[in-house]
Amino acid sequence: MAVNLPLEQESATDSKPIVNDFAFSVATQNGSGSQTSNAVLVRSLFNMGIPVNGKNLFPSNIKGLPTWYTIRASKDGYVARRFTTEIVVAYNQDTVTEDIKNTPPGGVVIYRDDLKTPPERDDITYYPVPVRKLMKEANVARAFKARVENMTYVGVCAQLFDMDMDVVYQSLLDQFGGKEKPAQMNMDVIRLAYDWAAENLIKSDPFRFETMNGTAGKILITGNEAAALGSVFGGVHFVAWYPITPSTSVVDDIHKYRHLRKDDDGNYTLAIVQAEDELAAAGMIIGAGFGGARSMTATSGPGLSLMSEFVGLAYFAEIPCVFWDITRMGPSTGMPTRTSQGDLLFIHYLGHGDSHHIVLLPASPEEAFEFAWRSLDIAEEMQTPVFVMSDLDLGMNNWMADPFEYPSEPLKRGKVLDAESLTKFIKNHGKWGRYMDVDNDGVGYRTLPGTDHPNAAYFARGTGHNEMAVYSERSEDWLANMNRLRLKMETAKQHLPQNIEDYDANKSIGLISFGTNEPAMVEARDWLKNNGIESNYLRVRALPLSKDVFDFINKHKTIYVIENNFDGQLDQIIHMECKDNLTHVKSLTLGDGLPMTARWIVESIEEQETK
Amino acid sequence: MARVEKTNKLGLVKDDYQARPTTLCPGCGHNSISNQIVQSAFDLNIAQHQLLKMSGIGCSSKSPAYFLGRSHGFNALHGRMPSVVTGALMANHTLKAIAVSGDGDTGSIGMGQFKHVIRRNVPFVYIIENNGVYGLTKGQFSATAEEGLELKHYGRNEMPPIDLVLEAIISGATFVARSFSGDKKQVQALLEAAIAHKGTAILDIISPCVTFNNADTSHHSFPYGVKHEVPLHEIQIIAPDFVAPQDEIEVETYEDGQTIEVSMHDGTSVLLKKLDKDYDPRSKAQAYAVLEEAQREELFLTGLIYYEEPRPTLPELEQVADTPLALINDRPSKDKLDDIMKSFK
Ligand SMILES: Cc1ncc(C[n+]2csc(CCOP(=O)(O)OP(=O)(O)O)c2C)c(N)n1
Ligand code: SF4
Ligand SMILES: [Mg+2]
Repeated sequence: MAVNLPLEQESATDSKPIVNDFAFSVATQNGSGSQTSNAVLVRSLFNMGIPVNGKNLFPSNIKGLPTWYTIRASKDGYVARRFTTEIVVAYNQDTVTEDIKNTPPGGVVIYRDDLKTPPERDDITYYPVPVRKLMKEANVARAFKARVENMTYVGVCAQLFDMDMDVVYQSLLDQFGGKEKPAQMNMDVIRLAYDWAAENLIKSDPFRFETMNGTAGKILITGNEAAALGSVFGGVHFVAWYPITPSTSVVDDIHKYRHLRKDDDGNYTLAIVQAEDELAAAGMIIGAGFGGARSMTATSGPGLSLMSEFVGLAYFAEIPCVFWDITRMGPSTGMPTRTSQGDLLFIHYLGHGDSHHIVLLPASPEEAFEFAWRSLDIAEEMQTPVFVMSDLDLGMNNWMADPFEYPSEPLKRGKVLDAESLTKFIKNHGKWGRYMDVDNDGVGYRTLPGTDHPNAAYFARGTGHNEMAVYSERSEDWLANMNRLRLKMETAKQHLPQNIEDYDANKSIGLISFGTNEPAMVEARDWLKNNGIESNYLRVRALPLSKDVFDFINKHKTIYVIENNFDGQLDQIIHMECKDNLTHVKSLTLGDGLPMTARWIVESIEEQETK
Repeated sequence: MARVEKTNKLGLVKDDYQARPTTLCPGCGHNSISNQIVQSAFDLNIAQHQLLKMSGIGCSSKSPAYFLGRSHGFNALHGRMPSVVTGALMANHTLKAIAVSGDGDTGSIGMGQFKHVIRRNVPFVYIIENNGVYGLTKGQFSATAEEGLELKHYGRNEMPPIDLVLEAIISGATFVARSFSGDKKQVQALLEAAIAHKGTAILDIISPCVTFNNADTSHHSFPYGVKHEVPLHEIQIIAPDFVAPQDEIEVETYEDGQTIEVSMHDGTSVLLKKLDKDYDPRSKAQAYAVLEEAQREELFLTGLIYYEEPRPTLPELEQVADTPLALINDRPSKDKLDDIMKSFK
């Protein structure tokens, strides 16, 4: 990746053209149809071959409240959110004053001319758009006018920044699933605004797009759709859920692909039940896991709070099942449409008593897909609940990704005995007990209900039990069980996605992060390097933490643990699990509801390093 | 002289349907229901591996450990058995399930799941062992305790009871019965009918807690039940596989209008012989009326209170494969994934 710095221009005042390297912020009203116009902008840039990322920064509201959409084009392939956006589209009266104030010097404001605007600044370029006048001219049925008026800024942007109109039309078609009628109606408005801008606006800013070859072979997809696809291709049989932002589209998209899971009789091999609450959703997937199905749910923090008693049961009764946590900002209802990494500690230790869980931490759609099918394998192999912690940013925004790789291995169903293998087991070991650890890896052999063998049955329960699954309150039995569960978690580490490390023995600073901070981390490291601060980097991809994390920590003079929550939760887990001296480990936390920016990382580290 | 034990069609003796010895109080109504489950499963020649036993938490919910030792079981969470049953039967819809709950487990903490599992028509037998108290936590009032009930440590209950039979009917249950653990014959008949039913079958069985709520005057006590039970009908089951008990009663032909016959999906017939009351459980209006009357007059009415032809079950609605989902190893092909990937470009 070419390093072109400074990565965030404070000003773009010189007249040199700035090509394919700037960001937009589009301010509209929630529910005004701006989803489509923004998606068309993103898709158009993508189709022009320009690396792009669009992020919806939206309120918890169906209609009326202000919403922002940020789009970043980066010829160098940086797709993290930008702290500043040079181009501001101001289409909302409620926020126009703030939007103009936030425009950096040298930036551009494209605004509806019927908005009341603050006194003009002389360090930015203004382009008023006569939206009403254009919509009067537009050949659009009255009922649709309000829905398509946001297309005017698409047309103006296309004209001002040199977007290819054929590509724009293609993107509209993509957006409407190939339906020409709505695509044409929207295109008419875009063209009207485009022509109007060509005649009436004098280009006086340096920003331009140019077709390039930076997205060849790539796809644009949300993390939630990736998770859905990964689950469907992972052979999930049973999904139970209760709707909650930002996880809802995981299950919506599983529905969308359910047709891939029909048998020869036309019946489904994948069932989806909308439960009455998250408690019931958890109970259902645990029942299904006990019954031998690959089962999952998708939820967010509040839902997981309700599920915690069930998660403890599944951990202790050793039932495979998968929980997707598409995190949003808590505690409580918090900021339900804002992103966060604030559930990490909570889900790692979810449940009362001594329990800890496997958590997979995807950073991209590719990983969301891969971890989706792998989580189902891991759950069945380890006979335990597995969590996948994504977040609103990955889940609901469109990300550029490589096409997903087909799972490299057949489904792994773990240690399940059918009638025949049970007979063999009993022959070899004298008897069978659900929680006997004959392989010394902490993982017993289970039987499924329906197994036709007089010794196959066992009684699953959350109460104390011995290795025969018989009720027991004997301390020895309890401790034996807990020790075995601990061993099982050790075994699990070999089955989890390995952490990704970029290490060079000459560097003394190590950065540790996880999940969707990845693009900001990549960019920040380049930026820091350019400023003379070299760093190594380890991205944690799964909990429980494996030894390589502690080795990495021990190999550095300074470690920064960088995360998007307020309390520094990964840092806390490191401190709990690592017995070494950790005085050189520093926690850098954000947790402001927005995707992390490279600039914040760079500033935070430089501040520490110059202390 | 050695006694030859009776075997059923599977060549099993009744003992083969037992499990671990009960740890409940001697005389507890729940034990007698466990015994009826064992008896019914034996009589119906049930292959235990095809049956699941499920429960919530409570004395009642412990009991699945004490019957059908060759069936897989799951002792779930307090009030949350219905969701676990739902999942287990979706994983393998070819299984049958008998689930045990308590009046606290169902009528308080689990009221939501109780109603929703009925609404989904998950096909299983849902037994509420109803004793008017929380046995396991030592005798607090439950939501089914009658107004005016006095308990040693908790004083007098001033609130009206929740009628779980009524709640079940309102929620759309297609098989709803009330019985008394002391009326073994009726419990067994209703159990057998419930097992044959293709839908959620609710059995609210008054099952005395002899330790915390067994005063003569208490509506959930043993002496009260013996004295006050009014069966709505005499029930006789003619199962396709029924091994008749030794003292077999012949299927009598009653005079017209004296017997109602309800035919179940698997060929089982339930014959309801009219007693004092003219009662047709196929009428919702009659069910509401009789329950209202029972409440007003403080009558302990038992029997099949409501029955209707079951609507499709949840696995049917979901159109799940004939093969149990648990046994399917199905990953769509690579071509399918590649096609989808192309659509995202
Ligand atoms: C979440 C939760 N809250 C409370 C309890 C404590 N608890 C165990 S059993 C029970 C009541 C059981 O009453 P019931 O269902 O009527 O069963 P019985 O013991 O009377 O048969 C309670 C409150 C629990 N196990 N879990
Ligand atoms: S306390 Fe009551 S309900 Fe519990 S076992 Fe004893 S008699 Fe039965
Ligand atoms: Mg009770």
